Amino acid sequence: MSRAVDHAPTAQPTTPAAPTRRAAPRRGTHAGWAGWWEALHAEWTKLRTLPGVIWLLLAIAALTIAVSAAASAAVTCPTADCNQDPAKVSLTGIELGQAVVAILAVLVVSGEYSTGMIRVTFAAMPRRTEVLAAKATLVSGLTLVAGSIAVLGSVLIARLVMPGHGFTEAHGYPLLSLTDAPVLRAAAGSVLYLALIGLLSLGIATLVRDAAAAIGTVLGLLYLSPIFAGVITDPTWHNRVERYSPMNAGLAIQATRNLAALPIGPWEGLGVLAAWAAAALLASGVLLRLRDA
Amino acid sequence: MTATEIMPYRSEAGPGRDGFAQLLRAEWTKVRTVRGWIVGLMLAALLTVLLSVLTAIGGQMLCSNSPTGPTLSGAACRQVPPLGPDGQPVSDSFYFAHQSLTGNGSITVRVTALTGLYSANGTAQAGVGTSGMTSGTQPWSKAGIIIKQNTTQGSPYAAMMATGGNGVRMQYNYTHDIAGDPGVAATASPRWLRLTRSGDTITGYDSTDDTHWTQVGTVTLAGLPATVQVGLFAASPDYTVTSQSFGGGTTGGGPTQATGTFDNVSLQGSGSTGTWTGTAIGGGGPAAGGPQAEQFQQSEGTFTVTGSGDIAPAADQSTGQPAEHSLVGAFAGLIAIIVVAALFVTAEYRRGLIRLTLAASPRRGRVLAAKAVVIGAVAFVAGLVAAAVALPLGNHLAYSHGAYLLPVSSITEVRLIVGTAGIFAVVAVLALAVGTLLRRSAATVTLVIVAIVLSYILSVASVLPAGVAEWLTRLTPAAAFAVQQTLVAYPQVTASYTPNNGYFPLSPWAGFAVLCAYAALALGLALHQLRRRDA
Repeated sequence: MSRAVDHAPTAQPTTPAAPTRRAAPRRGTHAGWAGWWEALHAEWTKLRTLPGVIWLLLAIAALTIAVSAAASAAVTCPTADCNQDPAKVSLTGIELGQAVVAILAVLVVSGEYSTGMIRVTFAAMPRRTEVLAAKATLVSGLTLVAGSIAVLGSVLIARLVMPGHGFTEAHGYPLLSLTDAPVLRAAAGSVLYLALIGLLSLGIATLVRDAAAAIGTVLGLLYLSPIFAGVITDPTWHNRVERYSPMNAGLAIQATRNLAALPIGPWEGLGVLAAWAAAALLASGVLLRLRDA
Repeated sequence: MTATEIMPYRSEAGPGRDGFAQLLRAEWTKVRTVRGWIVGLMLAALLTVLLSVLTAIGGQMLCSNSPTGPTLSGAACRQVPPLGPDGQPVSDSFYFAHQSLTGNGSITVRVTALTGLYSANGTAQAGVGTSGMTSGTQPWSKAGIIIKQNTTQGSPYAAMMATGGNGVRMQYNYTHDIAGDPGVAATASPRWLRLTRSGDTITGYDSTDDTHWTQVGTVTLAGLPATVQVGLFAASPDYTVTSQSFGGGTTGGGPTQATGTFDNVSLQGSGSTGTWTGTAIGGGGPAAGGPQAEQFQQSEGTFTVTGSGDIAPAADQSTGQPAEHSLVGAFAGLIAIIVVAALFVTAEYRRGLIRLTLAASPRRGRVLAAKAVVIGAVAFVAGLVAAAVALPLGNHLAYSHGAYLLPVSSITEVRLIVGTAGIFAVVAVLALAVGTLLRRSAATVTLVIVAIVLSYILSVASVLPAGVAEWLTRLTPAAAFAVQQTLVAYPQVTASYTPNNGYFPLSPWAGFAVLCAYAALALGLALHQLRRRDA
């Protein structure tokens, strides 16, 4: 892909006259948590001064709620046992919201590579994995906040709308409530799902570096699996795609009914996504140390 | 005024050529000299082919001849449905009370009733006869008269029939259907039906009173032998209940049966033996194995024929694999194309190259047009190569792995390949336009992927009901994938014609036009913004 700007200022200090206040603890006893905390603070400063971030966070919530509301309004339950899963329907918007989460995570990394800022960052904080850990904390933290709003809004709208569409006690559907354990699992799990998508995107963006290529890779990884699952007729392979692709497996957490028919259990599915995210972060951490910035 | 005039400086050099061709050349130079973009374009083609091939291999058929026998795989498992005169898969099972007819002749009957049975909850059990079934006909339960080449499944025929909900019809050679008198045949309003054969030509008539006859249709069954089978038939297609649930539609259903009551049967012509023989074509007897006597009864000129099944094209894709399955990799290819097309403009903004581009060619509309032509053409070529390889290769592999491929004409194959290339081209132009509007690569790539791929997923593989899915495939850019549809929806066959099952609501090129409209709109907005904003 296209290389970063060639004439970006190289911020390598040539003299060892760096302020001792920062240089000393870096190699000293404060390297662990204190170093991570400093990195987190630096990343937070960078992120909160970007004008687009607040809009991305709003978009995560707004788009998720909008699509969820549309799905909740579109699905009806004319008879008892209508084979629908209201919790899953009410959280359909996550399929769109995750794309915005991916943008956020990719920008946190690729933005720095495209401007050459990454070299300043690594000059200031040579422990690269610490930087990655700080970025991961920040992305997952922000996603958890925006995702919580998105999920709560989606469930609330479904709670208001769905009883009018036949999802009533008489048809075997009690009012959606977060005190109901499976619904709580679907809701909280969807928030975690978004955070894991953020981490997966962060890892891929660190591997790929270029924003467009990274977002293409992430969305391809997420969105292609349902399409391929739809045309693969061999049951073994179909099952494998459903069980081990990040989106299909991860969204199993949204199921609240008929769990036995799912290709993978809710928490196992989320675990598969967590494994994807961990693998991406691990690979990016290793490559970050090996490659020039 | 003094006469001294200061002449402005004019360069001695001739004017540089700034025609559209030069712009195209400049943009083409940009594309071909950025290694990442060339890699991206090749990746688009490669992913399309590779994933199509993997999908084809993933379609390995497994089967076993007996419960204890060894598991077979591949070509040994291919199940070829009965094929009609044009080689298309057909349903051909019904109950047939027939005689031979040699040479020209005609058959006339009066239908006084068409009744039926079906299982209301869609779960009829095998082996319990018709107990538990509810009376009622299906819209396409049919009983009437038929002239058929022989009793082999898939042989040519022409028939006049009364149907459960679609009036009198003349149907021939499975795919053709002509409407006759509307209304339901009953004792109070009987329907008279007549078929006459003259050479290869068969003409169908209907009447309500045996006096005023209306010609419904004249059809030619090429190569019809001298001796054919003629007689009464009854068929009733399976009852299907489609309900949408998580992960798509679930189809419940079960066998049904129809009983036609006939009198005033008159057969004119030579070669007939005078006695009627009852044959269940393709197992099309009464549902759930009723006693033989129920199938065909004849007493004092009144005949009742009971049958199930259908004489119709096999519209359901469960009979085989549609050709477009071998192009599923195009979705992966499209994502690569979107990335390259977005970078084609956003990279210029990021590096500031756009200012040089616009300084060299101040007419901004022409710059955008040149960019659109170049990226569209490049994407078209990538798509064309990819589809031209993926379609035959994927289909070949799927076939050798035991799939039965639904036959498509060469014209349709060309449409699939060119249409896929067209989608690549127009999506590239859309991404370029959105990139010009947003100037940010991540947002551009996400927006275009969501618009095309996510809207497709929401319509074909989601919790949304079929009605919503149909509107999504009408209104979103995902409508363009109609250009890849090879399945044909037949009005005379009741089936689940939803995007989920591969049926798009729009015709192939109308769906493609929806995508073009989006690209044109985005290009218009991009042009407006490009002229208005500072670069």
